[in-house]
This record gives sequence, C-alpha cells and structure tokens, in this order.
Amino acid sequence: MHEASLVSALCDQIDRSIAPHPGAIVRVVHVRVGELAGVEPELFKTAFELLREARSCKGAALVVVAVPAEWRCRACDAALPRGGILECAACGGEARLAQGGDVFLDRLELEVPDV
Amino acid sequence: MCDVCGCGDPKLVSVDVHSSLLSANDHEAAHLRAHFLEGGVTAINLMGSPGSGKTALLEATSRALAGRFKLAAVSGDLATTNDSDRLARAGIPSAAITTGTACHLDAAMVGRALQGTPGATGSEVGEAARASDFFFIENVGNLVCPAIYDLGQAANVVALSVTEGVDKPLKYPVMFKAADLVVLTKVDLLPHLRDVSIAAIADALQRVMPRPRFIEVSATEGTGMAAWIEWLEARRDETKRAPRPAAHAHDHGHAHDHDHAHDHDHAHGHPHSHTHAKR
Repeated sequence: MHEASLVSALCDQIDRSIAPHPGAIVRVVHVRVGELAGVEPELFKTAFELLREARSCKGAALVVVAVPAEWRCRACDAALPRGGILECAACGGEARLAQGGDVFLDRLELEVPDV
Repeated sequence: MCDVCGCGDPKLVSVDVHSSLLSANDHEAAHLRAHFLEGGVTAINLMGSPGSGKTALLEATSRALAGRFKLAAVSGDLATTNDSDRLARAGIPSAAITTGTACHLDAAMVGRALQGTPGATGSEVGEAARASDFFFIENVGNLVCPAIYDLGQAANVVALSVTEGVDKPLKYPVMFKAADLVVLTKVDLLPHLRDVSIAAIADALQRVMPRPRFIEVSATEGTGMAAWIEWLEARRDETKRAPRPAAHAHDHGHAHDHDHAHDHDHAHGHPHSHTHAKR
C-alpha cells in the first residue's frame, strides 16, 4: 500500500501549487494515473479521503483519470498490440512506453477570494 | 460581498500543475545516484517477492566475489533485521532499514541509512557503502510497491523464483517493466515443478519487459552464478566508464518543502553548498 505515500506527496504538491493564491480553497484535484504507474486508483481515492482531512485540500473532490498503457516502437513509432511481445513486428525495434507509466497531479480547481 | 455586481465573491481559478507525484523521490534518487557515481559505486536495487531468494542470492554473490570486490548492503524489512544479519554473517557490511508498515523503500530511506544514525544498528554501513564496489539495496519483499521508486541505482534486478509459477510477470507488469535483469532463482527445483517451464517464463517476460534479459540461477548449487557475476562486472565497467559528476557540481537544490535543516553528516569530506530553492 504505497498509495498513502503517493497521496502524501500529492498533498505536498498541492501546498506548493496554492502558495501563490493566498486564501484559496481547493475544490477539485485532478490526477492522472497510468495503467502501468503501479497505482491502484481505488486505494488512491481511499487514501486521499483519509489524508486530505489534515491537509490544505481538506474537503476537496478528487477526479482520477485513468490513462491506458500504450507501447510504441522506439524506431518506427508503430503501436504495439496489447499483451503482445514487446518488439515491433514491422521493424524489430525496441518498445517504449508512450503513455500510461506515470502518476501525476494534472490540475487544481481553486476558489480564491476576489479582491 | 456585494449583491449588485457580485464583487467580492470568491472566484474559481484553474491551476495547471502537470507534475509527477514521484518528483520528490526522483530528486532524492538523482542526488544518491550522483553520489554513487562520484564514488565509483555500482548500486543495485534487488527486488522480488517474499521468499524469492534475494538474500540467498546475495549470500552466494558474497562467496563468489570474496577478495575481488568490496560489497555493502542495506535490507528493507517490515519487522526484523534477519536479512541484514544474514548478509553480515556472509561478510557483507550491512544495515537493516526497518520500514514498519511501509511496503517499499524510497530514496529518502536509503539516504538516511547511508548517512547513519549514530548508535543505530549498522550505522557504519554508509562508510562501507561509499568505499564499496557494489552496493546492494535489498528491497522489501513485494512485487508491487517497490517498482515505482527510483533509489539512485545503476540497475534494477528482480529475483523471480521458479516456484512462483510462470505468470508472475504478466500479473505484475509494473515490476518487470522496471527490471534491467531478472534472476530466475531456485532452478535446481525445476525437476519437481511439473507445470513450470523456462520457455513459458521467457515468453511472459517478453510481454512486459522492453529489453527482456534473464539469468537462471541456483544459489545453493551455484548454477548460473558465473553468468550473474559476469553481468554484475559489466555494470561495474559501466560505472567506471560513466563520466564522474564534477566535484559536487550536481544540483543540491531541493524543490520540495520538507524540513531542510540538512544537518546530516557528510563523512565523505567534500564541501557542500546546498541551495534550497523552496517553492
């Protein structure tokens, strides 16, 4: 269960991101979780609901967007079939993970006092 | 708040961040990696299931490399120092990183173990690690969580025992995607495992590892140890060829906001200028 430590890192990033907006209330946190990021979205949401209460994002909603894994050929950029051998059938090139390997804080929606 | 024109009402602002949740760990890992390279230390992050044979592999490695290379290790363990004790008995200066409930090691834990807490078990390990040729980080037995944490290693090795069956790579793709090498352990047991074939494991690895590479090993019988040692020596050659970071030209700026007293003891005796770009 490393989701808790990732949520803790998320809360740290939220703190840094809202620092330029004094008095801001965090309403929505948008996170993108890759299929091969090693993060279980349901555990991540549960950990967020627990940990947010003591943090600056208390009460905020979490939106998790799942990003499917996509392997492509490093040489010719052809998409490789899911579940297949990780070698390009067309040119024999090595596979690279084009998307779905990361977990990141995408965007925040803040409510800031108008001055 | 004005009910005529709405002035003073709170307004909604969208802030784009696009930042990896692992960026703080990755930063610590880059710091460790620079230190390892600077000291000519080849760091190996050894991962695998509980009971996959990680400790036995390192014990056999110690026997095979005795007198030729200096070794050091840290072992991540939830509750005991058993693995670290075994490694120490096998002649590898070693410290336990007792993680409590944490299911993985992160770069900060390895960094703290290397700095050494005075009086703590194995507080000498930092010195031994800095003087070592190979520094093994034996991760917590777990095929899930350790996979995503960079520890500053030169290479990730996953120990997969043949008794775990042939489909573990497909079940735990994140771990095997991160592996530079899979050591298939306990191959002396293959004659007893009717449903396990090396070909089936190799096929599964090809579907999750962009550069599938595995070595069949029996740590108890010595099978495959020569190939494993050869692979380690190739990593050592890479470390020696790698451009050394200039005397601490690497960035000590920390973009994260944890406590930065930075009073750790840099026993390796170089001047440190820490710029802490707190954001």
